[in-house]
Amino acid sequence: MLADVVKAGIAFFVAVVLQTAIVSTFEPGNGTADLVLVTLTAVALLRGAVFGACVGFYAGFLLDAANLGTLGFSSLLLTLIGYWIGRYGETTGRDRAHAPLLAIVVVTVLYAVGSLALHYLLGDPVSARSGLVEALPVAILLNLVITIPVYALCRRIFARPGARPAMDVEFGTG
Amino acid sequence: MPRNRTLRLAALGSTVQRAASPGYSSSRAANALRRRIIAGVLVALSLALITGYFRESETGALHDVQGVVAEALQPFQVGAERVARPFQDAYGWLAGFFHAKSENERLKAENRLLRVQLTQNATAAQENLELRDAIRFSAGPSFPRDYDQVGARVTANNPSDFREELGISAGREDGLRIYDPVVDADGRLVGHISKVSDSTALVTLLTDASFSVAGLDVQTRTYGLVTHGQGSGEALIFDLVPKEDVVRKRDIIVTAGRRGGELPSLYPQGLVIGTVTAVGQFDVDVNKTIQIEPAADFSSLSTVWVLVRKGR
Repeated sequence: MLADVVKAGIAFFVAVVLQTAIVSTFEPGNGTADLVLVTLTAVALLRGAVFGACVGFYAGFLLDAANLGTLGFSSLLLTLIGYWIGRYGETTGRDRAHAPLLAIVVVTVLYAVGSLALHYLLGDPVSARSGLVEALPVAILLNLVITIPVYALCRRIFARPGARPAMDVEFGTG
Repeated sequence: MPRNRTLRLAALGSTVQRAASPGYSSSRAANALRRRIIAGVLVALSLALITGYFRESETGALHDVQGVVAEALQPFQVGAERVARPFQDAYGWLAGFFHAKSENERLKAENRLLRVQLTQNATAAQENLELRDAIRFSAGPSFPRDYDQVGARVTANNPSDFREELGISAGREDGLRIYDPVVDADGRLVGHISKVSDSTALVTLLTDASFSVAGLDVQTRTYGLVTHGQGSGEALIFDLVPKEDVVRKRDIIVTAGRRGGELPSLYPQGLVIGTVTAVGQFDVDVNKTIQIEPAADFSSLSTVWVLVRKGR
């Protein structure tokens, strides 16, 4: 368990650095991929709700610190997403090849809507049009593209010993 | 291999309930409870962080913690940005390649025009200086004379889809304050400082919905307010320009160096904001509808300069 915590600590540190310094600079069609969200989804699917919620909180804290955002903002959203995706992985999504892709589409939409709602509650001037109409379709597409390699990498790092990975079960490679 | 089939009672359709072992059931319930408690605690902690962060001042404990973590992340971000820079440049080059030919023709024509204007402007500037001396004219702070420039590397781009912001590698220790103007290498307005920690700061870009600055049409001396447009992308609008005032396509808009009422402007006069791309007006509107294309290229910013007022 301790090894998993250390691995998650390093993985999300790297994901936050890459997200803030590199990934967010590529904006085809106003949308960007969200490496932290995709990594969180993959880890939560593999390791369950409690682990997902904890790493979601940690990743959100790092993200808010790196961006000088409101502390707790991303933590709140990513904790809920980590928990919910973890539950999905433990129950319905178990052993299903499409689970990572389906999960990423849903969380990308929920994260965007949640961010907008939270910004609105905090009184920040935000544009729903730019975030939901212009950026969201591109963000979903880009997140889907990076989900496959990120999920494969997370599976190598975080899969429980002896557990049959979801995609292998479906495609009969396991 | 022969399949062995046996006749069984359809369990799903029967009303017979399978008895779960009491130990298994209580263990599941305990796990579910533990899971919910952990998630609840983390959510409560996040809400406490948001509340505490909002209630405390810029020098509060949470802001200090944030500054320390941001400082720890900064070298890694700078390193990653340097590694990725060639790829970013290649991406920018490819994106611009498709527009290069038409842009080349346009720029050649613009270059010819600018050469003529340069000569005229140099003469006018000299004449202006002589006249100011003659009448002992006193102006407000001007750029670059009254400002120090603090160079900073961009460490984070557009952290949120809802805001147009940049993270930079300079902060309070470098003399930065909130609302200090930020320009690019050519002195074109990029935005202003909206948050500052000891060694890092957040820049709200000119293209953010919350940004506005008093602008001046250099050619026609028309004043207005530059804000973010309702449309998509980086388009800005030059607002509050009455219909009777003159603004033409391709006019250059700079910071006006003044603000409404008695308040001084946050920006020195003459920082280039952008070029007018469209001018229109509707019968029912009081003001003109003017669109501006920002002069700064926000997609390839790797270094910016913060203007810090001398003797502050």
